[in-house]
Parts: sequence; C-alpha cells; structure tokens
Amino acid sequence: MSTPVKLDTGRPEWAVRTRLLSARMDRRTLVVNLALAAVIVVTALVSLGVGDIYVSLPDVLATFYGGASRADTVVVQQWRLTRVLLSLLLGFGLAVSGAVFQSLTRNPLGSPDVIGFSTGSYTGAIVLIALFHAPTAVISFGALASGLAVAAIVLALSYRGGFRGFRLIVVGIGVSAVLSALNTWIMAKAQLQVAMSAAIWGAGSLNSVAPDALPVAAAGIALFSALALLYGSRIRALELGQDAADALGVRSRHTQIALTGAGVGLVAIATAVAGPISFIALVAPQIAARLTGRGGWSPIGAGLTGALLLLLGDTVARVAFLPVQLPVGVVTTSLGGLYLIWLLVREARRL
Amino acid sequence: MSVSASEPGGGRLARSPVPLFAWLLGCVVLLLAAVLLSLMVGSAAISPRTVLDALLGNAHSVEARTVIELRVPRTVLAVVAGGALAVAGALIQALTRNPLADPGILGVNAGAGFAVVIAVAFFGVSGVPGRIGAALAGAAVAAAVVYLIGSMNRARTAGPVTLVLVGLAFGAVLQGLAGAITLVRPKAFTLMRHWDTGALNDRTLAMVAQVLPLILLGLAIAFFVAPSLNAVALGDGPAKALGVRLGPVRTGVVAAVSLLCGATTALAGPIGFAGLMIPHVVRWLFGVDQRWIAAYSAVLGAVLLLVADVAGRLVLWPGELPAGIVTAFVGAPFLIVLARRKEASGL
Repeated sequence: MSTPVKLDTGRPEWAVRTRLLSARMDRRTLVVNLALAAVIVVTALVSLGVGDIYVSLPDVLATFYGGASRADTVVVQQWRLTRVLLSLLLGFGLAVSGAVFQSLTRNPLGSPDVIGFSTGSYTGAIVLIALFHAPTAVISFGALASGLAVAAIVLALSYRGGFRGFRLIVVGIGVSAVLSALNTWIMAKAQLQVAMSAAIWGAGSLNSVAPDALPVAAAGIALFSALALLYGSRIRALELGQDAADALGVRSRHTQIALTGAGVGLVAIATAVAGPISFIALVAPQIAARLTGRGGWSPIGAGLTGALLLLLGDTVARVAFLPVQLPVGVVTTSLGGLYLIWLLVREARRL
Repeated sequence: MSVSASEPGGGRLARSPVPLFAWLLGCVVLLLAAVLLSLMVGSAAISPRTVLDALLGNAHSVEARTVIELRVPRTVLAVVAGGALAVAGALIQALTRNPLADPGILGVNAGAGFAVVIAVAFFGVSGVPGRIGAALAGAAVAAAVVYLIGSMNRARTAGPVTLVLVGLAFGAVLQGLAGAITLVRPKAFTLMRHWDTGALNDRTLAMVAQVLPLILLGLAIAFFVAPSLNAVALGDGPAKALGVRLGPVRTGVVAAVSLLCGATTALAGPIGFAGLMIPHVVRWLFGVDQRWIAAYSAVLGAVLLLVADVAGRLVLWPGELPAGIVTAFVGAPFLIVLARRKEASGL
C-alpha cells in the first residue's frame, strides 16, 4: 500500500500504526472515556452499598475480595449486583442506539423513539396484559416482537432508495400516533387493576427484573454494539449526505441498513428487559459530544455516558423514596425534561 | 398591511373573493348536513323528522329526549372543538412557517393534559371550571415554549423537523411525568385514562357554555391577526418591511392558540390531527390567504370532528370509538402520505 498520509485534524492524537492495523485515537476523547469509566466504577460501588440496608464502601469491596459478612454478601451480590450491571448494560445499549439514530437522521434530536419502537412495544405489552393476562416472560417477548414489527413498518414506509432523516422522523410520528391512540383506548376499556399494571410496565422499570435476563442482555448488547462500531468508520461519510458518501465509495444503503439493524436491536433488548426507558438515547450522545468537544459519532463515549446516566437514574429511583421504589423511566423522563429546559434557556440566551 | 400571497399549488378550487365566498357557503351547508347526521346516527337511529320535532320542542318521546339530552350537547361540542382546533393549527402553521405544526405534535395538548393531571392529583380539582383553568394555563405555557422555539427559528436555521422534534420531546416529558403522577394517584389515573381518549360524550350544554366565551375570544384574535400572518408567510424580514410588528402578532397567535387548545382540551381531552389536516386541505383547495384559511378551517374543522364522532359511533355499533381515536387513525396516515410526497421531503 501507499505511504501513510499524515492528516492534521487540529487536535492532539495518539496513533498506533502497525503492519496489520492502524488506529488514531483523539487524546481528549480517550481521557474523557477513561474518566467516565472511573466514575462509573465508583458510582457502581456506591450504588451497591445504598438501599434499605446500608452497606459501607469497604464492606462492599470486601464482598468481592473476601472477608465480608454473609448478610452483606447476599445483599450486595445477590440482590443488587444484577440490577447495577443491568442498568449499566442497558444504558450503554440505549445510548449507542441513540448515537446511531442521531447520525442516521442527521439530527441531534433523533432517537430510536422516532421509529416508533417504544410505542409499538408498549402496544404489544398492553394487548398481552389487558386482553390475555399473560405472564411476565411472554409480555417481554410479545413487546419485543411488536416493537420490531412496528419498527419494520416505519422503516418500510420511509424507505425510498435510502432513508431520509426527515421522512423517517415524520413517518415515525404518524405510526406512533396511531399506536398511542390504540394504547389509550385499550387502557380506557380495560379494568382498573389491569390498566394500572400496563401503565407500570409502560413507565420503564428495573424494579422486578429477573436475574437470568443479565447474560442474554449482555450477549445481545455486545453483539449489536460491535456491529454499530464496525460500521462506525463509515458513518462520518454518511453524515456528509448520501451523495457525498457514494462519491467516497461508501456503500450507503448497505451501511444504513446494518446500522439501523444495530440501533433497533439495541433498543429492542433494553425494552424487552425493562420496558420503554425514555431519554437516555436522546441525551447521552449529546452529553458525550459536549464532554469530548467533538460533535457527531462517538459511540464509546455516548455508551459510557448512557451507562452512567441509567445507573444514576436507577439508583435514585431505588433509594430516593424508600420504601417505595419508583420506575427508573420516571427519573429518566425528569432528567430529559431538565435537559430540554436547559437547552431552551441556552438557545434563548443566544438571541 | 394585508398581502395576498399567491402560491402555485394552493387554491385548486377557488382563489378570488366571489368564488371563495360561494364555496364557504357550500361548506356551511356541508356543516349543517353533518350536524343533522350527528343528531340522527347512534346506537338508536332517529329519523330527520323526529330530530326536527325534538329540536322545535314538539315531541317528548324517548327518542326526542335522546336527541335533546345526549346528541345535541355532543354535536355542539364537536362543532366548537373541531373549529377551534383547526383554526389553532392554521395559526401555528402560519406563525412557524412549518406545515407539520399541530397543537398535538408540538406538545400544546400535552401541556394542557399535564396541568389537568397536576390539578386533579394535587389540588383535588374535580369540576369542569377548575379543569378548564388548569388546561388553559398548561396550554399557554406549552404554546409559549413553542413561541420560544419559533423565535429561535429566526436567529438560527432550526428547520421544521427540529421544531417538531423539540415539541415531541417536550410532549414526551410532560406525558411521562403525567403518567408517573397518575401511577401514585389512582383517582387521577381513573379520570385521565378516559379523558385521554378524546371522547365527546357525557358532556352537557352547560359545560360547553363554560368554554364557549374563551373559544370565541380565541377565534376573534385569530381573525384579527390573520392579515398580518399573510405578511409573516413571506419571512420575518419582508414582514417587518411591510410594517408588521412581529411581537404583537406572535403574542396574539400564542394567546389565541392557548385559548382555543386549552379550552377544547379541557372539555374534550387531547384530540390530535384536526389541527394538522384541515389547514393543509384548505390551503390545497382554497389558496394561502390566512383570512380565508381561518374561516374555512373553522367550518371544515367542525365538519371533520362531527364526521369522526359519527364514524366512531358506527364502527363498533352499538359500542363507540372516541372521536380522538378516530382522528388519530385518519390523521396519521395523512401525515405519512404528506411526508412521502416528494415536495414535502424538501421542507
């Protein structure tokens, strides 16, 4: 191959070049990601300790390295560890999915919600809960299936020789509107108790997640994140617009379809496990972009930010109003609201 | 002050004043037909003759009482609410120069709904006047947010999609929080899950009379600002050059939209898409003069909601589908077709 071209991006970078592989790493991105990882570890340890039974930080550590009391080990490792790990995993997945959709729609406000996945899965869950009184595992599965079906309908309706961000967003709004009308109507017709449990599912919650969801979620999120990262190198070309991407030799349709699949897969797993958790996908990539100081595609930073946000959100949901545990969706929605208000205030000041 | 903008594509049926007036009369006749239909159709079909007798006070049968006590209130409500929502939609679309703007999509309805939840859950509000007050306040705040985003549009190039996405996110926050509150307040939950469907039944004429002054005020403001909106359609710069003071126009539009949407939503619940669809159809058929758009929207919006309500009574006969659900089922495909059309994708 030809001699490597020294490309000046105007930012300090670290480069690894070997015969087989060369990689550039933006220095600030790397530092930010490492810092995020460190904050996540500390937050996770604190989160393992707090709750209706308090375990001090040294005792939490002791449960991993030995020497802890049996009670502490049960509380930390059997009760709380699964939930902490799940919130990290799902937060990571949702945020990467958000990064994918923000790139695909070329709009910083795009999120997987725009393709109607959340509303669709909610419809599936409501139908199963209200009309068939289905058990939890069936509800997860049905929600997943109906979410995927709705996403497929939205994508099919908005596909016309490639996806245009605008069309995707508006078609998604339309399909979601039909489904939420259906949801509202079934809720109004159902018995009060049944409607209530459907509404709780719809809020998005990790309060009663089974431990065996963890390995499945981990495998799925690893798979789809890897897919997103694999195609990530082409996404910058896509962000220039379809024509420019074609000119640069990127197979844009192929890339769009693979990335959409990865994005839908990630949000599907999170929704099947915990119900629709809003705003992590919208907010995390934007916060990550501010931290790293570079706009656009940075999936690792977004994923780590999302993991931290969902962990924080779930910890607050768990301990803020003890003995009552809130659904984490309530906390993330409030978080999203605060973010939007901040965004509005900032934009208003610019005038 | 007024500028009669003419645009290729709009005004398929009529453009000049005399035909426009004739067509408007035709639409009013259509409205009267829809009203008659709404009085006749339901779980029991009632003949036009009986309807007339009942209205004139000559009949006192069970059927006549059905017409007077059940069907007249919901018909009046459908006329008032449909007209109000369509005019509000036309105003928002004109002010933001965004063909996708709709009180539902931009979160104004969600604002009204959120405020009603707060009022019911935390302040023990149960009567209609309290709900109207709360819904008005919520709609006003939400419309002011839209206003803020609308003014951002001027400074920076936030496109129509961004406006829609901000409105959507804003609506999602309000709905999420309302949902969370209703989960811990069962009384609010019971009320809201029925209110959310956008049904027109079980309302009395007295309730409609309580919101009517607000809606009339909103309509009056709408017709007052319509000529200025014609200039706004050209862009903020040209509008200023033509002597339009943008501040008062924007304030007027936000006030009118708050009144129209807040009052309607307080009584009928969130009804989507009437405000989106009707102005589009009106522009397509009758051109882009905002004064005529407002007049036609008021009449045809009423027709749409009446037809939706009648259709809702028929599809699940003898049961009923709430009118708000019907408009969503009709309006969403309309939106999708709009998005798929070539011209629209270049918005």
